[in-house]
Amino acid sequence: MRYELVVNGTPREVDSSWLGESLLYVLRERLGLPGSKNACEQGECGSCSVLLDGRLVCACLVLAASAVGAEITTVEGLGGEGPEDLDPIQRAFVEAGAVQCGFCTPGLVVAVHDLLRRVPQPSEWEIREAISGNLCRCTGYGRILDAVQRAARAFAEQAVTR
Amino acid sequence: MTVTVARSVPEALQALAADPPPEVLAGGTDFMVEVNFARRRPEAILAVSRIDALGQWQQSDGQLRLGAGVTYTQLLEPPLAELAPALAQAARTVGSPQIRNAGTIGGNLVTASPAGDTLPVLLALDAEVELASAQGTRTLPLEAFLLGPKRCARRPDELLVAVRFPAPFGRQEFVKVGTRNAMVIAVASVCVVLDPGTGQVRIALGSVGPTPLRARAAEAYLAEQLVPQGTGPTATSAFELRDGDAALAEVRRLVAEAAQPIDDHRSSAAYRRHAVGVCVARALERLLRPAPGAALGEVAA
Ligand SMILES: Cc1cc2nc3c(=O)[nH]c(=O)nc-3n(C[C@H](O)[C@H](O)[C@H](O)COP(=O)(O)OP(=O)(O)OC[C@H]3O[C@@H](n4cnc5c(N)ncnc54)[C@H](O)[C@@H]3O)c2cc1C
Ligand code: FES
Ligand code: FES
Repeated sequence: MRYELVVNGTPREVDSSWLGESLLYVLRERLGLPGSKNACEQGECGSCSVLLDGRLVCACLVLAASAVGAEITTVEGLGGEGPEDLDPIQRAFVEAGAVQCGFCTPGLVVAVHDLLRRVPQPSEWEIREAISGNLCRCTGYGRILDAVQRAARAFAEQAVTR
Repeated sequence: MTVTVARSVPEALQALAADPPPEVLAGGTDFMVEVNFARRRPEAILAVSRIDALGQWQQSDGQLRLGAGVTYTQLLEPPLAELAPALAQAARTVGSPQIRNAGTIGGNLVTASPAGDTLPVLLALDAEVELASAQGTRTLPLEAFLLGPKRCARRPDELLVAVRFPAPFGRQEFVKVGTRNAMVIAVASVCVVLDPGTGQVRIALGSVGPTPLRARAAEAYLAEQLVPQGTGPTATSAFELRDGDAALAEVRRLVAEAAQPIDDHRSSAAYRRHAVGVCVARALERLLRPAPGAALGEVAA
């Protein structure tokens, strides 16, 4: 069965054998976009976070075939290709040492994008709330909080120099 | 398997008239978990998240009508959060931002989990649900809609269209107990709604029975115990309990008695019974203080 999804601004043909596939499965297994991670398939871990029509959601809980006509943004759509093309949030994660095994990182980067777009200068509590659906088993979150604050400062400076 | 993405309510009702009717998919936060774990194998799915009308709400004649597709995130935004403050408090405790962006009030109602966080609030507000099919529309009081754990009165050919309740209405508090702040299914929850005009009180309990329950003996006792503080233009909408702390203890006892908890992997029945008493006491302590806006009102007068 074929349908089209618009992912990171590009229309993509999906050829699925079963229409019950989640968006997460389709992104990873059918469209070769493995940035969104799969750890629970039940909305608990946030490692599959994507933006669907601009709203932060878990791709594992979206029926792919129901997302026809929606705008899907994955972590691949946020930065560029190489290490030089990291977006300010990704760079902040690297600089703050907020990445250990890295499994949670793509989901967190997407969640932080969503936060900083809504709340450019978040308080610590706003940050904690915004990433409460993203589990990290490695870092203990301290450096992730640093990274978000760093990214917020970077965005503010960008805005000033522009 | 087929997937239909409906754009309007009539289109959805037409699809639901098929035999057998397709299964309705809203935010997917309950539905897709079941699909991912092969606990649900739908033959036909009707996606309703693109029906604009379902995501809208209206307020008229002191009634709020929330489309079934209203999300938790919407409930947290003003002016909805001010019109239905206990519903916003409940929405605030649901899952995570990702879940609140996708999950809908209609999905919470039709899933009919005893732990559904909006359910005790809607019960305490005496809400009614609107169900539509190709045959027409019917309205049911929430108590008649919720039949048991994960069972509701919706027929397979029906779309839950909206839920209605009075708003703004009195003072309201929702309190939930769980193992952490985010991403937690309630071990016990309580909603108390107090109408300062009539002294009417309604108390609903979540996660301590097959459906959310009203604590009617506690409501009747409280109605006797509440004494308004001051009258006329200086009234603050603050209340006192005639018998003070002894009354609070009696309400806790009556609420614990109304609970019908079970032991499961989240909690023991004994802890649930205790927790629901703690929740109602906290809710009342907050409600007995003057309304947040009351002091300002007095200054202005
Ligand atoms: C990680 C996680 C955390 C969660 N945390 C909480 C929590 O803290 N509190 C809580 O109460 N719930 C929680 N939930 C459960 C879930 O998010 C809610 O029950 C939510 O409201 C379901 O809404 P939905 O739109 O996603 O429904 P869906 O999953 O799309 O549907 C749920 C059910 O309702 C039916 N349905 C939906 N809409 C309609 C309609 N308009 N007409 C007819 N039938 C309909 C569907 O067929 C399905 O059976 C959580 C879920 C997850 C995955
Ligand atoms: S894989 Fe989607 S939330 Fe865990
Ligand atoms: S860095 Fe390993 S899970 Fe977060």
